[in-house]
Amino acid sequence: MAIEGLNYYQQAVLLLAALIALTSFLMLGQSRLLRLVGIFGVQGVLLAATTAMVANALDFPHLYISALLTLALKGLLIPVMLHRLVVRMGLHREMDTVQHPALVMMGGTSLMVFSYYVSLPVVKLSSLVTVNTIAVSLAVVLLGMLLMITRRHAVAQVVGFMSIENGLFFAAVASTQGMPMVVELGIAFDVLVAAVIFGVFFFQIRSSIDSLNVDRLNRLSEVDR
Amino acid sequence: MIAVYVLLLIPLAGMVILALRGHGPRAGRINTQLNGLTLACTIVLAVDVLLHGPLLSSGKLLYIDSFNVYLVALTAFVGLTTSIFSGSYMQHEREIGRIGPNRLRLYHTMYQGFMLAMYLVLTTNNMGVLWVAMEGATLATVLLVSLYRTPESVEAAWKYFILCGVGIAQALFGTVLLYFAAGQVHALGDDALLWTALHEHAADLNPGIVSLAFVFLLVGYGTKIGLVPLHNWLPDAHSEGPTPMSAILSGLLLNDALYAVVRCKMLADGSLGTHLAGYLMMGFGLLSFLVAVLFLHRQTDIKRLFSYSSIEHMGLMTFAFGVGSPWATFAALFHMTTHSLTKSAIFVTVGHAAQLAGTQRMEKIRGLILTQPVIGWGLLIGTVAIAGFPPFGVFASEFLLLIATMRDYPWLTPLLLLGVGIAFAGLFRHLQPMVFGDVPEGQTPIPANLWPVMLHLALVLWLGLSLPGFLGDWFNQATQLISGSMAQ
Repeated sequence: MAIEGLNYYQQAVLLLAALIALTSFLMLGQSRLLRLVGIFGVQGVLLAATTAMVANALDFPHLYISALLTLALKGLLIPVMLHRLVVRMGLHREMDTVQHPALVMMGGTSLMVFSYYVSLPVVKLSSLVTVNTIAVSLAVVLLGMLLMITRRHAVAQVVGFMSIENGLFFAAVASTQGMPMVVELGIAFDVLVAAVIFGVFFFQIRSSIDSLNVDRLNRLSEVDR
Repeated sequence: MIAVYVLLLIPLAGMVILALRGHGPRAGRINTQLNGLTLACTIVLAVDVLLHGPLLSSGKLLYIDSFNVYLVALTAFVGLTTSIFSGSYMQHEREIGRIGPNRLRLYHTMYQGFMLAMYLVLTTNNMGVLWVAMEGATLATVLLVSLYRTPESVEAAWKYFILCGVGIAQALFGTVLLYFAAGQVHALGDDALLWTALHEHAADLNPGIVSLAFVFLLVGYGTKIGLVPLHNWLPDAHSEGPTPMSAILSGLLLNDALYAVVRCKMLADGSLGTHLAGYLMMGFGLLSFLVAVLFLHRQTDIKRLFSYSSIEHMGLMTFAFGVGSPWATFAALFHMTTHSLTKSAIFVTVGHAAQLAGTQRMEKIRGLILTQPVIGWGLLIGTVAIAGFPPFGVFASEFLLLIATMRDYPWLTPLLLLGVGIAFAGLFRHLQPMVFGDVPEGQTPIPANLWPVMLHLALVLWLGLSLPGFLGDWFNQATQLISGSMAQ
């Protein structure tokens, strides 16, 4: 199917999907913590925009609620909370080293290709838009994991974790027009509690190892040494 | 049906009560009473299901059949006996100053929170709510792992949170894919995430998407079962948190995560018409079993030792559900029960042993039988039971499992037998000196409440000698539900 065959709504969804994937790549390469949190906020806002658009185009009023929820939680509350934590702990000047940036980026690209490959079974029963969005959402999930693997800073890992959640939410909105309301509220509640607990953990980790570099959490091992 | 709502409301109310009163001297007793109430509730529920068949709540949000009702009863039972132990254990921890009143309150509140999440996992009919409750169980327990605030415990909690969080995110992706597949079936309509509806229409679901969804669901919930290679969090979380929590994690959380996987497998089997889901579970299960038995040999911490033993047994159960024949399913259900009872009893004993010796390092724990015979014998008998010796229940269930494997995949039985042998050696090389060794200087008996252990081990012994009729009926009904026919 060619891109001209799509209506404006579908083209816009594709555009937003591409932008969300782009923010994931930006996060992958960003070593400043504050900017990382900022990009994460942008991703949340884009996600809320996608949700609102799907709600409008397909006339699913309950999706407006989840759009609002996303905007409040992923676009504002969590980024602001992380931002304030970073500033309060005096980490705003801290750089998290990204080792082998070129390799990481190439890894990210191959994950993107892999996601398209995995989504192939979906092709046979749905439109171009769904295939792209499922592939992109899977890619955002995998890129979030890559972010967590390549970083050593606890804040960066939390951003990666939350970005995985973003990818999942995007998958739910774009491919199935959102989950049932009770599930969505439950997930939002879990994410909120998780964010609060992460905040608690930053302080616990810092008071126990005097740093937020999780590489130093190395006391436990599988076998005796 | 009322019993189900009450079952969910009691722990919810318990959270509120203990959030207010959880720091006081009576908190442990309140916790026990709440768990006792839920157990009474589950017994009413179990009898109801046994007599009248499956129950579906009016909003279709809760569903009880013979498969989950017995797990609900098991959860309530282990929750009660562990809370009896937890009362005196936490009081002791408080007296030696390891925790303050605030952390005691957090502990008691989250104990109820965890029980609530477990009951919700088991009783919900909605695959999405199942996920939410499973994540809720992580959130409830993660701050308990770091309760002592030692660097090790903070590290263990961080690992637990990150690994389980990421793992369970895969399960959410699987759930979304399942919902997507269900969206293509118009007959489902608004019920597209309800397990009962999905199971009914499983044959109409697109096999390509469902197989993809199952892989994600297996990896996601498999992280919580502790399947290798996603098991790293499990020994850390078990060894660094308070011991009652290790008992409920091992005895309940792992079982309930496996329950979620089996529910997903039932959907996948209906849709695919092949044995793909079973093969995946067999592979993961066998790998976990074999890796865990090898790790048993190289442990120094007593709680880590028994958490590897948990991985081993969960691997075995996953394998058995994967084989999928009625015999194997029956064996897996039976093994879930015996393992859960034995392992929580062991963790309770281990908790006492560690308090007695003042450390969890096995090289420092010596002469238990001479210092305090009840703890020494408890640990010895518990380990004999978990290693699969007759006449205990674990032997019976493992034996059934071996027979079932012999029928369908005879070439895999040697691997299982070898693993059981290695596990036996791994457990006893550590156990022998701890139980029988010389008493270190100045080791004196501690106040211990071991009747939950005795009760569990007596039950396991009973199950090993003869399977009571009503339990057999339950297992048969559940087996029929899962594998489609009875074990003959």
